[in-house]
Order: sequence, then C-alpha cells, then structure tokens
Amino acid sequence: MRYRVIVQRLYHEKLAFISLVYLLFLVVLSIIAPLIVPYDPEAQDLTNVMAAPNWAHWFGTDELGRDIFTRLLLGGQAAIQAGMIGILIPLFIGVPLGIISGYVGGVIDDIFMRVVDAMLSFPAILLALAITGALGVSLWNAMIAIGIIFTPQFARLARGQTLQVRREPYVEAAKISGSGASWIMLKHILPNIASPIIVQASFSFSLAILVEASLSFLGMGAQSPQISWGGMLHQAYSMIFVNPLMMFFPGLAILVSVLAGNFLGDGLRIAIDPKIKRT
Amino acid sequence: MFFKFLFRRLFYVIPMLLITTLVVFSLILLIPGDPALALLGDNATEEKLTLLRAQLGLDQPIMLQYWSWLTHAVQGDLGRSLFTGEFVSEAVFSRLGVTFQVVATAMVISFILGLLFAITSVIKPNSWIDYLARFFGVLGTAIPNFWLAMILVVIFSVNLGWLPATGFTSITEHPVGFFKSVLLPAFCLGSFGAAQITRQLRSSLLEVLESDYIRTAYSKGLLLWPVIWRHGLRNALLPVVTTAGLLFGNMLGATVVIESVFAIPGMGQLAVHSILQRDFPMLQGVVLIMVLMILIINFITDVIYGMLDPRIEFE
Amino acid sequence: MKNREKLLEVKHLQACFPTQRGEVKAINDVSFSIDKGEIVALVGESGSGKSVTALSVIGLNTPSIKYEKNSDISFKGKNLISMKKKQMKKIRGNEISMIFQDPLSSLNPLHPIGRQIAEPIQLHQGLSYIKSREKVIDLLKKVGIPEPEKRLKDYPHQLSGGMRQRIMIAMALACNPSLLIADEPTTALDVTIQAQILNVMRELQKDTGISILLITHDLGVVAEMADRVLVMYGGEIVEEGDVFSIFQNPKHPYTEGLLSSVPKLRGASENRLRTIPGTVPNPLELPKGCNFQTRCSYATEQCSDLSPQLVSNEMNGKVACWHPLEKVNKKVTNFV
Repeated sequence: MRYRVIVQRLYHEKLAFISLVYLLFLVVLSIIAPLIVPYDPEAQDLTNVMAAPNWAHWFGTDELGRDIFTRLLLGGQAAIQAGMIGILIPLFIGVPLGIISGYVGGVIDDIFMRVVDAMLSFPAILLALAITGALGVSLWNAMIAIGIIFTPQFARLARGQTLQVRREPYVEAAKISGSGASWIMLKHILPNIASPIIVQASFSFSLAILVEASLSFLGMGAQSPQISWGGMLHQAYSMIFVNPLMMFFPGLAILVSVLAGNFLGDGLRIAIDPKIKRT
Repeated sequence: MFFKFLFRRLFYVIPMLLITTLVVFSLILLIPGDPALALLGDNATEEKLTLLRAQLGLDQPIMLQYWSWLTHAVQGDLGRSLFTGEFVSEAVFSRLGVTFQVVATAMVISFILGLLFAITSVIKPNSWIDYLARFFGVLGTAIPNFWLAMILVVIFSVNLGWLPATGFTSITEHPVGFFKSVLLPAFCLGSFGAAQITRQLRSSLLEVLESDYIRTAYSKGLLLWPVIWRHGLRNALLPVVTTAGLLFGNMLGATVVIESVFAIPGMGQLAVHSILQRDFPMLQGVVLIMVLMILIINFITDVIYGMLDPRIEFE
Repeated sequence: MKNREKLLEVKHLQACFPTQRGEVKAINDVSFSIDKGEIVALVGESGSGKSVTALSVIGLNTPSIKYEKNSDISFKGKNLISMKKKQMKKIRGNEISMIFQDPLSSLNPLHPIGRQIAEPIQLHQGLSYIKSREKVIDLLKKVGIPEPEKRLKDYPHQLSGGMRQRIMIAMALACNPSLLIADEPTTALDVTIQAQILNVMRELQKDTGISILLITHDLGVVAEMADRVLVMYGGEIVEEGDVFSIFQNPKHPYTEGLLSSVPKLRGASENRLRTIPGTVPNPLELPKGCNFQTRCSYATEQCSDLSPQLVSNEMNGKVACWHPLEKVNKKVTNFV
C-alpha cells in the first residue's frame, strides 16, 4: 500500500520517472543486445575505419572498422552488471551487518563503526583499484571491488536507520511478545528502513557505472574482447589526435546513465518523503 | 582548551590509523592462491619465490606479518619495489609533491567556481546564471572526469593548441609552464568538487538568507552585498568545510584516472603502474600515503570547523 | 505634556503579496501616526497585518510586496515608500531600528556580540571597531548588562534569553534612532524576564525620548508600555485610542473581545474567561462588508453590506464599526 503511493508520487516526478524508464530500457536492451545488434562486434572492416556516423553505421566505426553502435549496445551489459553487483553486494552484506550492529549495539557496534569509518576514509576509486589489483585484473573482479567499496556506506546507513527504528513501539512490542532478534530484524526493522536504502541504491547504481567505466578506462576492468564503455573510451583516447569523434557516444552513454541514476535517486527521495526541500 | 580539543581529535585518529593500515596490509590477503607465485608469474624459479616470500614476510603468521609491516612503515620503511627495486617510500614521496600541486589547484578551482556560481545564482534567482549554476551542479557530478578530460584535450590541445595534452611542469621549475600544464587536469579533477560546492553552498545560502539574523543585518542598514559577505557567507560555508574535506579524498582518488589521462608523474599514475606491474609493496605504499593524507586533511577540516563555529565547545 | 510633533505618518497604506492563488491583500488602507516620544502599540492576532505594517515602515518586507499607489509613509517629512535603497540604507539602523521576537535566531551565531552591536555604528558613523568599542560598552551598561567589557567577546549562545534581548536593544539603539520598532519583543521570553525587558525599554525611552512602535498581541504589555493603541483586524485598523479609553471603554466589539480574553486576577469568579469565537478570516476570501462580521455578536445586515470607515469618536479616538459599544452599558444601539 505504502509503496504504491511512492510509485504514484514518483510518476509525478517527471525527470525521475523518465530516468527509471530509461534505466529499465537499458537493462532490457543489454539483455537482448546480442540478438538485435546489426553487426558482429569483433567484425573488422579495414576498408572502412573510423567512419563518421552514416546510415550503415549509425555511430560510425572504430579504428579497426568495427561498428560503434553494436559495441555500445553490448558495452551496456558491463555497465548494467557493474551497477547491479555494485548494489547487490552492499545490500546482502552491508545492510545486514549495519542492522545487526545497530540492533545489538555495545562494543560490537563501536568496533564496527570504527572499521566503517576507516573504510570510508579511503577514496572509492583508489580502493576499488587496489582491490582489483590484488584480486587480479578482470571485469568480474572490478565489479566485486566496486561492491566491496560501496558496502561500508550501506552499512552505516542501515545502522543509523536501525538506531532510529529500534526504539519504536512496534519493535518493543515484538520484543515483549517474545520474538527472536533475527525475526525482529528481518520482519520489523528491515521493512521500515528500506526506503532510504533504496534511495542510496539508486545513487550507488550510477556511481558503480562511473567507477566501472573508470576502471575499464584504466585497463583494470573489461579486457578485450570484453566490451565496456570505459574500454571504448580508452580505445578512443589512443585515437584522440586522429579521430576525436570516436569518444563521443561511449562518453555520452555513461553520462546519460549516471544522470538517470542520480535523477532517479533525487526523485525517489522526494517521493518517499515529500516534506524535504528541493534544491 | 583548544589544545585539549586538538588532543582529543588526535586521539580519535589513532584507532582510525590502525584500522586503515590493517586494511592496506590486508590487501595482500586478497591475492588468490600463493601471492608470491601470483606476483612473480608461473615461470618464476623456486629460489626467487622463497626470496619474495621472505621479503614480504609471507612465511610468518599473519598478525606477525602485519606487526612487522606496521613497525617498518612507522619508521618510514615501506619495503622495496618488486619491479625496480627502489625504496617505496622514496618513490612515493618523490611523487607526492606533483599530486599535491594538482589536487591543490583542483581544490582552488572547485572553490572559485563553486562560490561564484552559488553566490550569483542566489543573488539572481531564476536568471540565466542561476540556471547555468543548477545545470552545472547536475552535470558536474555525473560527467566521467576522463571523458571531460578527453573533450577538453580535443578542444584546447588538439584544435586550439593552447594547452599541452600531457605532461607536467612543477611550479618550482617554471610557474607559467606549471599553470599551463595543470589547468586541464585540475579543472577535470575539480569539476566534480565545483559542482558539489555549487549545489551545497547554493542551498545553504538560500537557507541562511531566510534566517532571522539576516533580517537583523538588513535592519541595521546593510545592503545585499555586505549582508551576504558579512553574515551570509560565513554561516553558509560551515557545512561546505566538511564537504571540502571529503572532496579532497575524492580528488586524491580521482588522480589515478586523471594523472593517467594527462601522463602526470604523480601518485595516481604510480598506483596504476604498480597494479599493472603487480608491484605490490609499491601499491600498498601509495594507498597508505594517500589515506594518511586524507586523515590529516580530515583532522584539519575538523579543527577549522571548530574554529569557525563558536558553538562547538573545545571542552 | 509631550510636544505633539509628528515623527511618522502613515497614510492609506495598502499592500498585497502575489501568491500562486492570486494576490493577497495584507494591509488595507492603514493610516496612523506616531508623535515624538510616543509609545504606540499595534495590537492584533497573527495574520492581522500588524507585522507587515511595521516592516513596511522600515522597508523590510519581502521584495515581492506591492504597495498601492497612494500609500504614503512619511518619516520626518521624507516618503519612505518611494525612497531609493541607498537612501533607505541611511535611515535603517540609524534613524529607525528594529528588535525582533526571537533574540537567539536574530543574532548571528558566528559573530561575537560586541562586533554585532558595533556594526551599525561602524556603518553609519564610519568609526572603526576599536573606536566604537567605548560606545558599545556604554550601550551595554545602559541596557543593564553587568561587566560589559567582559561580554564583548561572548557569542549569542553563551548568553541567556533576557541578555540576548538586551543585546538586541543595545544594537537597535546604537545610533540613537528616533523610532524603534519592537516586534513582539517579549513573546519568546520567560515571564519574569519579560518584565525586566519592558523595564529596560521604558527606562531607555524616558532617557532618550525615542518613539516606539510596539507590535504585540499581549495586552498586558500594552497596558505596561503604551501611550496609544491601534487595534488591527483583517489588515485594517479597527480602533484607535489612548491606552486608558481603550482599556476602560473599548468601542469596537473586537477590542472588547480581546480585552475579555485576558485573564484578570480580580473578578475572575464573576467573569469567566471569554474567547472570541472563530478564527481570523482568510485574506484570500475576505467577506463583503465588515471583516469582523462573522465573529461579531452584534453584527446586523448592514455589517455584511458595507465596510465601516474609521471615524473619530467623542473620546478622541477612532473606531470602524457600525455599532460601536456604548460606555459601560454595552447594549447595541443603532444610531444610523
């Protein structure tokens, strides 16, 4: 019931709603991309390299004559996967840890928060890079690294929300009626702290896309023949003096996707709590 | 009183240091399988492997490994590069200055743009500059900085030829050359910060200008500018101080991307190289020094906040 | 007796605010004057337009306010409404100053109080902070702050509520203005502190001969302080008179209602506390005729047809009512 209201309000946040539609579209597109792309992404056409956008190649071709439009569609997969893993790992590890820490309190909470604070004092990209470096350079490891670096934020958020909810009458009532701690956390606390976590997840989704692109750009993520927008930009960068146009579409794809995640987050925040001010 | 406050804040930093160093050290535990084998590759001789294990202390229990790594680190010994053999501490410190110059310039750019946009947009609401500021605030936090860098290189280096596309000149060597070489990277690094500061300062200024003491200031006969200057800005800047601390860490992290794009020989580039070369002690050294810098900056911003806001008791 | 020289004269002041649902008339044809050395109380419920009226005098309403063409506020012969910002700046804080309801939020939390008090002196008399320091200490003494030298570097949050309001008063009087606007100066304070602050204001008024426009809904404060009373309702002045006749012989049913809703110590047993039924009318939907008709027990058909004008009465006051109350005997007599 409450969530239906939120969805209705979200519908009235035009920008956020359009962003949601775009992101869903992107997810679907990245799933069906292999079926619909017009070219083989690896098919080289050395007679037609670095072509400008035309009817045959909508976004032009790269330095090996590969179709940029095709590669862009397939590169969306890496972005979406990174976004998904970037929020799933924190949701399944960070949130439970945060709830437990906030609910149990005491020394465990103190130690836990120190660790979270320490983790958060690392610059996100640097830590992701270092973790990827340790695990071994690959797209999959980069995504895991992204998931790890977002975990402390979610843990801190979940803990803070749990501290607020913990003293609510319905939690106290559940305690008195003899419910176990894990039952209370799962059935009473989690549903009541879900909203801010969903908002955070939206922002993290777009940040994950950005970090994945950065890592792939540095050669720490997607490895050829894997395709990623960041990797395409790396390729475009090496051609920057020859054909500056090559970088246009992959960059735009990242920008629009990140914007969409941010707009969705802003809209969700307002939809969940209409009292907050717009800035 | 003030020194007590400093002391207490310092006291808080110590556990943070212990945990952050533990995190940096633990990176080696993430290496799957035998780290020595992973670092040297499959065709390494057994001799070399044993040597590396001894060098990294891998033959000892983990807590002991951490302890010896930490005690060495405290004495400034971060080990040697597996690749070139140079001392990690020397390599890192020789690049510290470069990164610091770039990040400091980026910080200055962030603040100049942020202040400019925020103030003008608050003074002239719904004007073109207000819309520009809001557009900038939205775009600046979403645009991939390396893409921005590429666009600017195409415009200012490739087409106009005004600024170099790569390289770095230290300010001590050649101030003009420094300015030219730092402008693009610092702008790309600072655009995110500028957008953040614009957004935050704009909303906090709007809030402050609604407050009662601003009305009091007007009732004294002050006009808009002095009111903003003397009563609005300082109050609105308070939350920005905290943001600035966070931004510094963010920028320091972003140097790994920006320094690679512009081929700037700083810590970020060193971090990327050390990963590509599987130079683990070097990577640990870079990460450690960056986190140390961030902890120091956080400490400084805390102190600045305490000095700016008399309501914070130093007790 | 006071010399009856007019300091401020407000004529046909009429102002509205644009809102999403159309223009809201905040004040409608308000006219009154303040003599030199006089304390005039502006009384009414919140939303009656008393604050907008006061802020118009010092020019601190939101910039979106629109004044009707023939509105006129003349202060020492100068028209304040048509005045340029640069000129108005010389009057604000110098010749007209203001104190507000909540002294904590009205003082800048990040500046020491000494600097805040010195600010108008620096601005209007061009003195440096060092040179204005003596004046500031003197002001602090005048408003009854002990050991003023030591207080200069204190911040607002370190002082008590009463102290803060004294600081506000010192700041307002820094340049010896001839008019002080006090907007609910005691409302946010404890009852015991209220009396002290009123004392300070009265003493200072006697010493300096300043005129005070006192905005309040507290009739106790009015009785303590005012020479003359203006009662506002629905953006209009409905009654005006000297403080004795207003309290002893209110003419307007609204004034009577206000007075009878004040708890009295004596006679409490015979007279139960009365409240005025209903609420202040929505300024977007003002009724035709008298604004007070819906809450008035004396209202007749005439009241819903035509708005009564503010007319002088035999008590040297003015009232806007078709059925003004008689002396003592409060029976309705239709004299039209």
